[in-house]
Amino acid sequence: MNIDHEYRTDISRGWNRKHILGLQDLSRDELNIILNQASEFKRLANIGETKLTPLAGTVVANLFFEPSTRTRISFGLAAKRLSADTVDFTASGSSLSKGESFVDTAKTIEAMGVSYVVVRHKTPGAPQLLAQHLDANILNAGDGTHEHPTQALLDIFTIREHFGKIGGLTVTLVGDILHSRVARSNIWGLKKLGAHVIVCGPTTLIPNDIEALGVEVSNSLDDVIERTDCLNLLRIQFERQRGHYFPSIREYAHLFGMNKQRINRAKEDVLILAPGPINRGVEITPDVADGPHSVILGQVSNGLIIRMACLYLLHLQRIASLGTAG
Amino acid sequence: MKSLLIKNGRIIDPSQGLDVQGNLLVEAGKITGLCDDTATADEVIDATGLIVSPGFIDLHVSLCEPGFEEDETIETGTAAALAGGVTSLGCLPNTAPVVDDRSSAEFILLQAARASNCHVFPLGAVTKNNEGKELAEIGQLVAGQAVGFTDADKPIENAEIMRCALEYTRMFDRPILNRPQVSELTEKGQMHEGFHSTVLGLKGIPAAAEEIMVNRDIALAELTRGRIHLMCVSTQNSVAQIRRAKAAGIQVTADVTPHHLTLTDQMLETYDPNYKVLPPLRSQEHIDALIEGLKDGTIDVICSDHTPHAAEKKTDEILGADFGIIGLETLLPVCLQSLITPGHLSWSELISKLTVGPARILGLAKGTLASGADADITLINPDIRYVLERNLIKSSSHNTPFLGKELQGRAEVVIVSGEVRYRADN
Repeated sequence: MNIDHEYRTDISRGWNRKHILGLQDLSRDELNIILNQASEFKRLANIGETKLTPLAGTVVANLFFEPSTRTRISFGLAAKRLSADTVDFTASGSSLSKGESFVDTAKTIEAMGVSYVVVRHKTPGAPQLLAQHLDANILNAGDGTHEHPTQALLDIFTIREHFGKIGGLTVTLVGDILHSRVARSNIWGLKKLGAHVIVCGPTTLIPNDIEALGVEVSNSLDDVIERTDCLNLLRIQFERQRGHYFPSIREYAHLFGMNKQRINRAKEDVLILAPGPINRGVEITPDVADGPHSVILGQVSNGLIIRMACLYLLHLQRIASLGTAG
Repeated sequence: MKSLLIKNGRIIDPSQGLDVQGNLLVEAGKITGLCDDTATADEVIDATGLIVSPGFIDLHVSLCEPGFEEDETIETGTAAALAGGVTSLGCLPNTAPVVDDRSSAEFILLQAARASNCHVFPLGAVTKNNEGKELAEIGQLVAGQAVGFTDADKPIENAEIMRCALEYTRMFDRPILNRPQVSELTEKGQMHEGFHSTVLGLKGIPAAAEEIMVNRDIALAELTRGRIHLMCVSTQNSVAQIRRAKAAGIQVTADVTPHHLTLTDQMLETYDPNYKVLPPLRSQEHIDALIEGLKDGTIDVICSDHTPHAAEKKTDEILGADFGIIGLETLLPVCLQSLITPGHLSWSELISKLTVGPARILGLAKGTLASGADADITLINPDIRYVLERNLIKSSSHNTPFLGKELQGRAEVVIVSGEVRYRADN
């Protein structure tokens, strides 16, 4: 296994995690290591260094047991940018439909020489389960309604890029907090980095005990918009709902949708994020989604470098654990 | 049949208010009584350092046969019962076919006799095929020796059916055992609804899902003057409601499991399916209320709610894992850990919850060491410490969160109908 030492910098000092399963477990320092490593990859990309070689000769398996477009493509491209070989797996048409268990399927794929497993699964804790049963380094690409660490990291990276900091900012997460893995990961990450976090949505979509995570709860976007630096508009997850959390989409858009009137009341440099895919006209009107405050497409670009940073750091840990680090 | 002399034990029999150091004589399968050092018998058991207790009675146990023999059989389940000190158990009708007619109840008795481990008492279904729609042949089931009625893990949701069942079973003086759960509030739930379910992203089951049905069942028991037994109560408010109902003279009884007295919802942090049970593991304040309920007599019984699952049903991702854990063999040590060691209950009080309480609810002439009673006896070693390894488990399933954990206390010798049926391995 080789590594291009020119990419190794002091940035990664202090990183010794085998897996990235969620942001709940990561320390403030570890979060900063990932963000700083991503910055370094972005700098290299900006000077045309888009094809790096540290993962050459390794295999990254993208195991997607749940539908995904942008995250799957982003992880696939991140691995290729680091020169890894990739194996893509989607649940439909796989051995799972023949009754094979999730763990056995993953172990079978690992046996083909896989070192890094990126996993998305509908079940919370599925990446933890793989971490217990596989030797590979596991990267959580979203587990049910639990965590989606790389999405939160790219959100945080985008906010930091814009404001130059996280500490002291007020970040409001709007929408379906109850079913959102993005919200949970964002809360852990933003709080550790010193932001004030508000969760805002209808009472039916906010868990009762969420204040215990140190967030402010609001049921009125109009009440909090003026003191918000950054709005993260979470998608209404129609596929996870039982259908009676609010009376109609029209009413939701009326109460919690981001539109021109609300932008006009917001801070001048308010930043609008959305993890996507966005429901235009529900969480956000098209003029705002495509307007100057929106960094939705920038988030997608940053997602790629965040995932490169995560894979690279896991690679450094793997080399160190094998005792072959230079 | 050989006579037995159990010497030098601490004899605790709550049915007689007995807690003495002494000798107990067994002849022809029956308890003869306390005796002095001059007594003799065909076999002598030295019970020095042991507690001599009436055999434990587990109110409701899943033995899985017929239909789910991959999880457990009557033979393996009753072997596990013996290893846990249980000499009698009520067998849930969550089988395939369901025990909803006389012949199926008699099949259970036949298989239990073949296994020749502990006594098995069939619990009949309340409704045909446990579907909650039409009453099962309750009178026929009584003729087939069913001692109580329950739709097992399926709550009786239709209040009119529950009312009829409570009224109808009055003719036979048998209890209805119900799992208090409102399914609209438990649907897709994986764990207790609270802080930890929020963090873990697992859909929660609110305490109210249980408490609403506890309230309904108590109201129907009052209306019908029937006997309702609430299975596996787990919340603070359930205990409070039962306490009030008992004070008002309503015929309501309740049980709790050892794991609900020991483990909290925080344990799910590991996503280990062996912490996934129904009702879900709750928070410490609920545990404290359950213990108070045991102390003041609101909760009558502790039972294992033994729910075996084959490994493939319990080892994969948590959403796909079945609910429930095995409990027969950890019943005693987990009670000791959660109730005796902290000083919540005395040994006599604990043994009462494992013997007198369940015997009274099921109408069994058991759970006593009185002269003339069936000689079902458990000799408890309260001090022994050991790690629960797989090879110690007699159940054919191993779905327990206590695997690999250090436990204290075990059944050392178990006597059923005057015969030594189990001795712990040294």
